[in-house]
Amino acid sequence: MTVDKGIFRRRQRQAETFDFHSGEQAVTRWKSDEQIERYVPTHCCYCGVQCGMYLKVAGGKVVGVEPRADFPLNHGMLCPKGATAYQTVNHPDRLTYPLMRRNGKDSPLERASWDEVMDAIVGRFQTIQSEYGKDAVAIYSGSSMTNEKCYLMGKFARVALGTRHTDYNGRLCMSSATGANERSLGIDRAANPVSDMLHADCIFVIGANVGECFPIITSYLWQARDRGCKLIVADPRQTPIARTADIFLPLRSGTDSALLNGMLHVIIKEGLIDEDFIRERTVGWEETKALVEEYPPERVAQVCGLQPEAIIQAARMFGRANAALIYTARGLEHQSKGVDNGVTAVNLALATGNFGRPGAGYGTLTGQGNGQGGREMGQKASQLPGCREIEDEEDRAYICSVWGIDEKDLPHAGLPATLMIPAMLRQEIRACFMICSNPMVSLPDQHTVERALRGLDLFVVTDFFLSETAELADIVLPGSVWAEDEGTVTSLEGRVIKYNKAVEPPGEARVDWQIVCELARRLGKGQYFDFHSARDIFDELRICTRGAKSDYWGITYEKIDEQNGVFWPCPSADHPGTPRLYEQRFGFPDGKARFHPIVYIPPAEEPDEEYPLILTTGRVIYHYLSGNQTRRTPFLKEMAPYPWVEMHEQTAARLGIQDGDWVTVRTRRGEMTAPALVVRSIRPDTLFIPYHYGHTQAVNQLTNPVLEPMMKIPEYKVCAAVASRASQKPEWAKDIDVQDLLAAGKRRHELPMAHSQPNPTLR
Amino acid sequence: MADLVKRMFLDPSRCIGCRSCVAACRECDTHKGESMIYIDYIERQNTVASSPTLCMHCEQPLAPCAQVCPAQAILVSPDGVVQSADETRCIYCENCGYACPFGVPKFNIAAHYMQKCNLCYDRTSQGKGPMCATVCPTQAIFYGTYEEWITAGRAQQGAKPVNTFAFGQQRVRTRNYVIMRQQDEELDLMAMIEEANLGWRANLPAATANRQTDTWVNAETAGIPQREVPAQPWTPRQPEPAPVPAHASTALGDGRVPHLSS
Repeated sequence: MTVDKGIFRRRQRQAETFDFHSGEQAVTRWKSDEQIERYVPTHCCYCGVQCGMYLKVAGGKVVGVEPRADFPLNHGMLCPKGATAYQTVNHPDRLTYPLMRRNGKDSPLERASWDEVMDAIVGRFQTIQSEYGKDAVAIYSGSSMTNEKCYLMGKFARVALGTRHTDYNGRLCMSSATGANERSLGIDRAANPVSDMLHADCIFVIGANVGECFPIITSYLWQARDRGCKLIVADPRQTPIARTADIFLPLRSGTDSALLNGMLHVIIKEGLIDEDFIRERTVGWEETKALVEEYPPERVAQVCGLQPEAIIQAARMFGRANAALIYTARGLEHQSKGVDNGVTAVNLALATGNFGRPGAGYGTLTGQGNGQGGREMGQKASQLPGCREIEDEEDRAYICSVWGIDEKDLPHAGLPATLMIPAMLRQEIRACFMICSNPMVSLPDQHTVERALRGLDLFVVTDFFLSETAELADIVLPGSVWAEDEGTVTSLEGRVIKYNKAVEPPGEARVDWQIVCELARRLGKGQYFDFHSARDIFDELRICTRGAKSDYWGITYEKIDEQNGVFWPCPSADHPGTPRLYEQRFGFPDGKARFHPIVYIPPAEEPDEEYPLILTTGRVIYHYLSGNQTRRTPFLKEMAPYPWVEMHEQTAARLGIQDGDWVTVRTRRGEMTAPALVVRSIRPDTLFIPYHYGHTQAVNQLTNPVLEPMMKIPEYKVCAAVASRASQKPEWAKDIDVQDLLAAGKRRHELPMAHSQPNPTLR
Repeated sequence: MADLVKRMFLDPSRCIGCRSCVAACRECDTHKGESMIYIDYIERQNTVASSPTLCMHCEQPLAPCAQVCPAQAILVSPDGVVQSADETRCIYCENCGYACPFGVPKFNIAAHYMQKCNLCYDRTSQGKGPMCATVCPTQAIFYGTYEEWITAGRAQQGAKPVNTFAFGQQRVRTRNYVIMRQQDEELDLMAMIEEANLGWRANLPAATANRQTDTWVNAETAGIPQREVPAQPWTPRQPEPAPVPAHASTALGDGRVPHLSS
């Protein structure tokens, strides 16, 4: 018998004759016969955990990922974002040349040369600054890039442009926790390394969807529980870690500080406070004690929508633990009282003496890759590198001496990122240089943001994909991804680690810091930006932070390699770094932590007759922040292609909504339509929509732009909303056949559609 | 006697449904772009619980899929790993799919052959862990010997690995384990389906619908101190803001569509 067995060998040949399913093929063409030339040790580009990984390089391109078992935090573990992160490097959507609107706002973005766009930027910036003052140009930066770049952006704003308006997207991220850390503890860093979880007897996670936002940290939670550690979770939704928690407190969004005060009330009543610790290491206890006296669990429970017994049990469990940890994240921080919420969490940890020991502490789980480092490097409106205060005479003088500029040329504090938008509308800010940020997804009240950005005289965006924000820009500069540059990043535990360069940027794209240095040179400030490598920038950054709170002076690239990362503060070359803070003293001059009595503040919008539900937003595991990268990664996009509205079955039944129906959600700012996910794992008074999507899929069309008074973080997590069944599909979904999707989801057992299934039956 | 066979230990109680294993399985050089592992939400309307399914590499009876294969396309290596179908032999009869107790074989329609987990043979035969277990962020998928599983401290809270599955009278013992409770000797899948059909466990307490959720009251009524802070939106909403200026074209000059996602 003669059968050509060759036909079975190559799928590519088969595809010509039997290609029934080409529509379901991933965009990426897979190749498995590549010879890997190099394995580049580096870290993931996404969240603050900064897992170690190897990038596989073949033929000058990044072609794959290999787990890196030798990094002590993740031991090879990766989440789906990490496992697919390399796919952004060679992505067909990468911007490979500069783009520019040559004939005003209505003309299209056209290809331009670097010289042309650089001249245009410099010319316009100089005209605007001479006409309207230095501060008419603003820098809007980001934290998902290396310390070197974050440092450079702050210096670029203050030295090259001389503007006081420089801020970054960390304002939307963990700035509330920064406020709480600064008010209560004195040092803006998580108190403990993640490995301290393994020494804890109780871990209290409030407002942090650890399973989806910091997947690798979950393994530490589970290992801790193997050792008998108790887990308390407070969240309006059943998150993956809440499912098996010892106590799950499904609280109403926005009532965190009432709950924490209530727990402290119980802890005092039951005599579970650590009086020695309070006496020796803190100040201000009596006022806090007197205030929480008025928060008995029975009353708090009514406000939080909980059962009083659950609060009492949780307080006992937390108070009786020898070593307890509190972790918070955006759920508690994205509120108009985010700082207060963080302070109440610290109060609880201080009152029980949970600081400075293994397994005892408080920390925020920083969301952005370099959320920790980004807030120390002096790109914030109010700070200079090393968390130095821009209004502090000594700090100003020191930084000016390092930079070699006159102190009176150093601008003073500017506007935080969220207040730049109204300043743009008032035309105080007339031009903006943006890097590493996508406010057209990430800021609340999108319609206002769009008006502000469109109204700018000159809007320059540096990015490696054409984000929703870059679409509005007058000039788009093609930047680099993390694998195309080296530099340091500070992870959520305060560990400084290093990205290594794997490949060169594609086409005409350039490494970000080179773009900024070139701009500075053309602005006539080249002598202050004479950097030839990322290492040069890091060395200057080290000098700037020397002796400051976040001291990088003793950290070198070599030391990071040798020790697998160095925890700051690291004040000298022979200092090993500081994994655990507050062992001897807190970050204030007297070495003592501060209690602050926190009165409960209700959310800015409470439900009423017109808007009877609470809308909250959050992340899904498949996407990172504004989704500019992850929505372009085939696997991740397939898993979570568009937003949905998660609602309880009681609510759905009342509104006549079934699983998979199109639902319109309205608030006072706007409306959007998405399919319903009807589940019992969310509070009946709450709706949840993931925020990673842009344009008409953006939940931030709906969210409330009220700001926290100290840190100016918007209230993403609570606003009043109304939901109804939509009569028709939204415009964005006109090509989506929901039945097809449901069928595909069933076939693959993958899409997170709920279905009201009957009980399982054997065929 | 020490058991030196490296096995998978699947613990659904740890699974967060992240599908990291699915993403990583696709990165394997032998079947790049295809995943051989499945993550299912168990009852998404009730809970976020999820569970991994992958080839259990049956030991007794040895590899039913291989036994029923008329073309002897599924080979079992001496170390007990049931390999994926040899694509030059497979006749795409789908017998293995019917024989498999766990529904694991996956049929490549375009190329007409069966694919399944081969325990990352290219990696595990060289002493590395399989992709899924290496990356699993919660270690719901654990790879190692039984002793290593114990040493990792996984049994301290009453967990017990089980590798016997009952299908009516038929028992299947597998290389890989699932994690059950101390009292469980085997996993009787048929009995669980029966139970579900009879309506047992159908009314599990809903995770977040407790008595209080519909009857929340504000702080004033509840009698706890509160501080009224006037809401400070970043820009006044009255008078009604002007409409967004006319939409500039967002198409790139060269006609490329700028945006994949919407």
